[in-house]
Amino acid sequence: MKNKKSGSGFQLGTLLALVVMCVILAVANKNFYSPSNIMGILKQTTFNAFLATGMLLCLITAGIDLSVGANAVFCACVMGAMKQAGVTSGLLMMVVAIAAGGLMGFVNGTLLTRLHLPHPFVSTLGMKNVLWGAALMVTGSQMVNKFPSSVEWLGVTTLGSWGGGFPVGFIVVIVLYIIMHIFLSKTALGRSIYCAGGNIEATRLSGINTANVLTFCYTLSGVMAALGGIYSVGRSGICNGSNANYPYDTDAIAACIIGGASFTGGKGTMIGTMLGCLIIAVLRNGFTMLSIDSAGQNIVLGLVIILSVLMDVIREQMEAKRRRLAAAK
Amino acid sequence: MIIQVSEYVVELKNITKRFPGVVALKDMQLAVKPGEIHGLIGENGAGKSTLIKVLTGVHLADEGEIYVNGEKRVFKNPNESAAAGIACVYQELNMERLLSITDNIFINKWLKKGALLDYDTMHAKAAEVMKSLGQDVDPRKAAGTFGMGVQQMIEIAKAVLIDAKMIIMDEPTSSLGEKEVAELMKTCRELKARGIGILFVSHKLEELFELCDRVTVIRDGEYIETRDIKDWTNDSLITAMVGRTLENQFPKEFGTKGECMLKVEDLRIGGVLNGVSFEAYGGQILGLSGLVGAGRTETVRAVFGADPLDGGKIYVKGKEVKIRSPKQAIKEGIALLTEDRKGSGLVLGQTIRTNLIMSSFKKHSDGPFLNEKRIEETGQGHIESLRIKTPSIDEIVGQLSGGNQQKVVIGKWINSDADIYIFDEPTRGIDVGAKVEVYNVMNSLVKAGKCVIMISSEMPEILGMSDRVVVMRGGRVMATVERDSKHFNQEDIMKAAWGGTLDEE
Repeated sequence: MKNKKSGSGFQLGTLLALVVMCVILAVANKNFYSPSNIMGILKQTTFNAFLATGMLLCLITAGIDLSVGANAVFCACVMGAMKQAGVTSGLLMMVVAIAAGGLMGFVNGTLLTRLHLPHPFVSTLGMKNVLWGAALMVTGSQMVNKFPSSVEWLGVTTLGSWGGGFPVGFIVVIVLYIIMHIFLSKTALGRSIYCAGGNIEATRLSGINTANVLTFCYTLSGVMAALGGIYSVGRSGICNGSNANYPYDTDAIAACIIGGASFTGGKGTMIGTMLGCLIIAVLRNGFTMLSIDSAGQNIVLGLVIILSVLMDVIREQMEAKRRRLAAAK
Repeated sequence: MIIQVSEYVVELKNITKRFPGVVALKDMQLAVKPGEIHGLIGENGAGKSTLIKVLTGVHLADEGEIYVNGEKRVFKNPNESAAAGIACVYQELNMERLLSITDNIFINKWLKKGALLDYDTMHAKAAEVMKSLGQDVDPRKAAGTFGMGVQQMIEIAKAVLIDAKMIIMDEPTSSLGEKEVAELMKTCRELKARGIGILFVSHKLEELFELCDRVTVIRDGEYIETRDIKDWTNDSLITAMVGRTLENQFPKEFGTKGECMLKVEDLRIGGVLNGVSFEAYGGQILGLSGLVGAGRTETVRAVFGADPLDGGKIYVKGKEVKIRSPKQAIKEGIALLTEDRKGSGLVLGQTIRTNLIMSSFKKHSDGPFLNEKRIEETGQGHIESLRIKTPSIDEIVGQLSGGNQQKVVIGKWINSDADIYIFDEPTRGIDVGAKVEVYNVMNSLVKAGKCVIMISSEMPEILGMSDRVVVMRGGRVMATVERDSKHFNQEDIMKAAWGGTLDEE
């Protein structure tokens, strides 16, 4: 529907990049195509895919949410604190975690829209640090383990036996992405998000309550971070507040941008973001297979982000030139 | 080399400047003497801004010559113009509000002692210059802590420090209080005594008569006349500004006057609107006329809930309403097509499809889901009825021409099923053919009994399309003129817009 011409073309390129990377890695290392490695990549993709969902919504509104990673760890630690306090109901833990994540997102949105902080960079960067501290505080800086199995279900359950089983978390992510795709492309609120990102003043003057639209995006981002937090508890079996300063946010941003979102807003799709998440997981996996250490990984990943934005800029310029030439005729 | 001594400090000869599709200046003439205060006036869009930009090197003229002290000059950029001694105090001051007065005055021409800035000397010089302009201020203080009057003096001080031979003042009094205006005039006379030429651009006739030695009138990008101030009168100035023939490019059709759809009473916004009251009826086009800055856009934006009001009442169909957001205004049946199509009318990166339904998502949804089939139907309907030239409804709006973009905005508002359509400069920047199509949309709206309010700075458009005209000035309504009144002509409406009063009939 939307951005029919430009959008799908770019995603085709992203898909091609993913395929090329896989081919290169398969040639370089036979183990890349082993079933267990592929399942490992999908497990790695899942956490980032949760965070990237909320990030994408914020990026479409021309904003950003730098607190997604810290929020995910914070939500995991909220569950850890409940465990420490003797709560045994996994369901209650998850409900509280999702409510806490959503509340933090709502605060981000409110700071931006109702208290008029100049840019979500400010509120979410501050919130990232607040949540980092809060994650350590609620758990008394202790690592917590032995969560109820219902909490760990999302992160540990697999289906079948191929490569150790297909991760249920990834299936949940696929369902989530399909729902979000329908939401973004087929509902009025979804369309309003793109409009607000493209021109917030025109959108407001069209009678859309842009403050509410933006607040919704940040709240949803918080809920997605909570889901990521629950998933991480299942995968690692623990929650650790000191993980909150890991650059999870960067991976989420990178996935969205590689998938066609833009810092200037108004652009981005769920399909592209999924491809972006897969590319990052494949990259990180490939580095490990090729024994490149995390220092090298970070450098290459940084360059990939810059390159993908650069490609976007160049594509826009070429598009603009084509339009000028067409208009001159 | 023979230096031709000229009696003029700056002289423009036969300047022509073209932009894609328009001739902004055509054979423009202007000659300012040293120690002269030279007034420049013209209607909105007469070419004053372009003229200033040619003088200051922002635009390079396509034809014609600029002479400074009789010497031919070509200004390729603002630096070259400044180096030749032409300075400009813009209407919107370029002030670094957080930096000191000294920093503002010496920006980019700092005095140095060795490699470091010599603030002692700069502060002393800044204080001296400001004092010579009648401002006894501490130059160490941030410029933003002072009022507009002092800030303007800082701009003038900059001009004095570069030994400007001519200072252009673009609407210098528009943001000043009475006392500050008096101070500015005093300063102008002092600069004049120093032999500096001043080009004084103003909308206020009384200021021109009080201050200027000669006044030049321009119209539609062309030079009309320069006379000594004693040879001008209020009426002759206005006639010179507007004196053009009305061509029959307005396909005006008449509806039947219906009930009072919108009534506003004593609308106030501090410093902008000083009690605006008027009524608008169904089946009629109400024209809002006035100069730029008269408060017309501010009025309709406040009515639409886009900006907050400090006071006043709004009645829709006789019922008082409180409108705090555009959303509420749309619910009350009001639509506002803003003057800035790209900035606040459209989402340029989105498709025609999306832009058309932005104000009417509800109508085009089933529950939370958009009904693409219905969207397509209304969209195709608009493309045909408004004659939007596009390959498909999924074209990105930013790729359309200005006229077609405007039609998309109009389509968006027709979709909102409003009763009151406010069009702010609806034909600005679009070609003649598209203009006629916009007029036809207005015609069909009034024939359907809707109320149309049109802000226009083009007098022929106001006269051609309005059933009634409300003339504003300085945040007030100066006059209301019916189409069958004897005042329904350019001269009288201009007279009111420039602050004159119209006699009762």
